[in-house]
Amino acid sequence: MSKIIAIASSEFKRLFNSPLAWSVLAILMFILALMFLMFIDEFVQVVQPQTATMENPPGVTDLIVSPLYLWTGIFMLAVMPILTMRLFAEERMNKTLTLLISSPLTSTQIVLGKFFGLLLFIVLVVALVSLMPISLTLGTELDWGKIASSAFGLFLLLSSFAAAGLFLSSLSSQPIIAAVSTFGLLLFLVVLYLSGSSQSNSSELFVYLSHFSHFLPFIEGVVDTSDLVYYILFIVGFLILAIRKLDNDRLNG
Amino acid sequence: MSSTKSSKELVRATGLNRVYGNHHAVINVDLVLRKGEVLGLLGPNGAGKSTTMQMLTGNISPTSGEIKINGIDLLDNPQQAKASIGYLPEQPPVYRDMTALEYLSYCAALRDIPKQIRRQAIQTALQRCSLEEVANKLIGNLSKGFQQRVGIAQAILHKPEVVILDEPTVGLDPIQINEIRDLIRELGNDHSVILSTHILPEVQAVCDRVQIINQGETVFSDTFEKLAQRQIAPVLIAGFETDVAQKVVIGTLQKLAGIASIKKLESVQSSQRFEIKFSNKLNAPAVANLANEHGWQLNELTPKSETLEQIFMNLIHGEKNIGSQQQVAAVSNKEEASNV
Repeated sequence: MSKIIAIASSEFKRLFNSPLAWSVLAILMFILALMFLMFIDEFVQVVQPQTATMENPPGVTDLIVSPLYLWTGIFMLAVMPILTMRLFAEERMNKTLTLLISSPLTSTQIVLGKFFGLLLFIVLVVALVSLMPISLTLGTELDWGKIASSAFGLFLLLSSFAAAGLFLSSLSSQPIIAAVSTFGLLLFLVVLYLSGSSQSNSSELFVYLSHFSHFLPFIEGVVDTSDLVYYILFIVGFLILAIRKLDNDRLNG
Repeated sequence: MSSTKSSKELVRATGLNRVYGNHHAVINVDLVLRKGEVLGLLGPNGAGKSTTMQMLTGNISPTSGEIKINGIDLLDNPQQAKASIGYLPEQPPVYRDMTALEYLSYCAALRDIPKQIRRQAIQTALQRCSLEEVANKLIGNLSKGFQQRVGIAQAILHKPEVVILDEPTVGLDPIQINEIRDLIRELGNDHSVILSTHILPEVQAVCDRVQIINQGETVFSDTFEKLAQRQIAPVLIAGFETDVAQKVVIGTLQKLAGIASIKKLESVQSSQRFEIKFSNKLNAPAVANLANEHGWQLNELTPKSETLEQIFMNLIHGEKNIGSQQQVAAVSNKEEASNV
């Protein structure tokens, strides 16, 4: 366990040794902040006057906070592959993976260490994004339950991205290939959702398979165990595949 | 198993094979490393040295064969076995965006070094590899020689019984090469070392024993003295000053017992020179006597000794040359046949 922590903390620190994590966070925050402003502006200028007379109007949380988390998830489709490609593909390219392989570690320890390192970063992203809605407490009442479930849902969604990316990264020794294939897979799952929920060809199976369909209930404030189980299966499945791949490398590499 | 401490076998690999698709990279290689020994793995590029080392360090599994590190089977108990190995691959596995100190602390955590002695261990490794001055610099900004040393520091950090270094001096300048060799010699005092290289003098400079690998197979494995004794054939260079025609001299020489072949060399001044190859034992007195009998003035009589380099080349190219000679013979036979 101590080795897993050592790998995780080193991975997390190394993210910030390069400009990568800083620029990713900066750009992500900049764009999300712009959108956040836009949502607020629209709410204040358009929505509020219209709904002022309604009995049970949709609140700030529904109209500003939920879309913010949704958009974070969408942006991270493009960002996560860049973070996951480093995990194995870049190490292979730089021949540094040998250090981990020849140290007294199991493949499970290596994979979990790297995954947890990325989870730390995901927690940071979710925390930073959550700061924006929290800042609204200065002027209004918020639905804290909904914010908590959205944040938790975002964390699960991003973790599933990370697990898929980690596996695809373990397949390749070219970071770019790892990133592109991860992006492709993540986007494919989104397309599954879109096609599954389209009016002409709706398919419940497609909707179920897509990671976004399980994220949306969280944004609505619904924490459903079946969604939770989906993410856990998704993450554990890809991590096991990555562990098998690393073990297999010694035989075929 | 011998009971003496000095001959304790730390690494024992038997019948290692590694096949990549159609390519048989390592064929039936056996390797033994005893305590306190520096073993040199010598061979041309692509001979299978790196593959052998990757197998010994558990980076790849052998297609068949068994590896025991310190008595522990590497394939059955990889974690335990790897704990007693320090490995420097061809390219040092260093993270360019970390400082040497950060990097070594990370390695220490990976190698189960207890927290209390971790700092001490890192300091020792830094000191042994003369890295104290650059400990807080980013590895990416260090020169190749220093990066190599960080790689070595990583390999000896946990005081492993076996240190495996894959071409540790490649790409370094002569001064750095000397420094690294000194370091390896020093490591030999309290670690057992396996070192791979394609440079013979390097093995001569630091190793107790040499194992020569060519095209995946062991062609020689013993000490240097034994290597030096492996002269392919005893050869004598002789020079005579005489009026007798060369052909006659050669004819006379050929009558001597135990002569395999005689080759005419370029004459120096008026001296006729020959390379006389004996079939098993060098017999200089016989040649001298012969010269005396026929009244040739003996100007030169030197046994042609092969340098280790030549022996090495012979070992590596031996089979190949025999093969090509046979081919040539076959071709000329064909030509003759067609001429008839």
